[in-house]
Amino acid sequence: MSLAKTFTKGFIRENPVFVLLLGMCPTLGVTNSAVNGLAMGLATTSVLLGSNMVIAAIKNLIPDKVRIPAYILVIASFVTIIDLMMSAQLPSLHEQLGLFIPLIVVNCIILGRAEAFASKHGVFESLLDGLGMGLGFAMALTMLGSVREILGNGSLFGFSFVGENATTMLLFIMPPGAFIALGLIIASVNAVKARSARPAAQE
Amino acid sequence: MENMFSLFITAALVNNIVLVQFLGICPFLGVSSRISTALGMGAAVMFVMTLASIVTFLIQNLILVPLQITFLQTVAFILVIAGLVQMVELIIKKVSPVLYQALGVFLPLITTNCAILGVALLVVRNNYSLGEGVVFAVASSVGFTLALFIFAGIRERLEFANLPKAMKGAPISLVTAGLLALAFMGFQGIG
Repeated sequence: MSLAKTFTKGFIRENPVFVLLLGMCPTLGVTNSAVNGLAMGLATTSVLLGSNMVIAAIKNLIPDKVRIPAYILVIASFVTIIDLMMSAQLPSLHEQLGLFIPLIVVNCIILGRAEAFASKHGVFESLLDGLGMGLGFAMALTMLGSVREILGNGSLFGFSFVGENATTMLLFIMPPGAFIALGLIIASVNAVKARSARPAAQE
Repeated sequence: MENMFSLFITAALVNNIVLVQFLGICPFLGVSSRISTALGMGAAVMFVMTLASIVTFLIQNLILVPLQITFLQTVAFILVIAGLVQMVELIIKKVSPVLYQALGVFLPLITTNCAILGVALLVVRNNYSLGEGVVFAVASSVGFTLALFIFAGIRERLEFANLPKAMKGAPISLVTAGLLALAFMGFQGIG
């Protein structure tokens, strides 16, 4: 696979959220606004980047039988670093994301990339893969966060564009809205994919 | 006693771990196509969650706090949970092959179930006592099982529905889960 493809496959074709349906808990849990979605996405990207590189670098030193605990240890270390850095630099955001920061450890995307990619490829390729997948995840979370914030609060990234007395669909920033919005977005992605595949099939 | 009861109701229904707190979504969407597997998964989660909460509570208060290394919380908890799951699997396999048959397939999946780590962290964060922690863990797993059970029941019916192609699979499951979560919002204000 070419390097460019390694980098870009996470954006759409193998998007972790919309196509692979991985990492659902943070996806649904923190996306009540676009900013939270973006922050969670970037935090996950940094962990993924770090863990992918370290695992690719030390893969030959890890005995095959204990590789999963070893990967989890590497991932947990990076999560702790991000957790501490965020609580020092961005305390209010850290407060909002709360429990979901330590829970990055059990995000299946990260362990999945370690097992499926970093354990078989070099450091540089793993870096690209981690960055691409992480940004794809961040993109999906920001998108879901934006949709929910626009519908539920009439604003985007905190800038309101409806009047003060406007009635917004509060449902979408509450928990049920997360499920419904994500379901509808995935359905749209499926519909677009089916439409773009159809001309090719007719030829 | 009254406190414990309201803690139980809050954790199981009002703040349902799956539908309100969004923990454990992967098994919720993954193993909820049959009622029987949903119940099996629920039982396995209940077992591990209670055990994990007790063990992590002890680790937090007997090791991490006295040594002032609470920043290692995430690392310590996830390793303990992973080890615990493996141990439970080995013990059940030896002691009760029947139980292993029923729960065995779900146990490896549980390590990456964020509900387990989430509940363990919540017990510590909310400063629960050991007793409250156990009640909270049991109640959360009851809530998890309840959500999984209802959802599996709906999905068994949904198989026969005639859906637009794009909505098939994950999208309709998510929308259904959304409606279920809406129903659970009715519990808000109790407890």
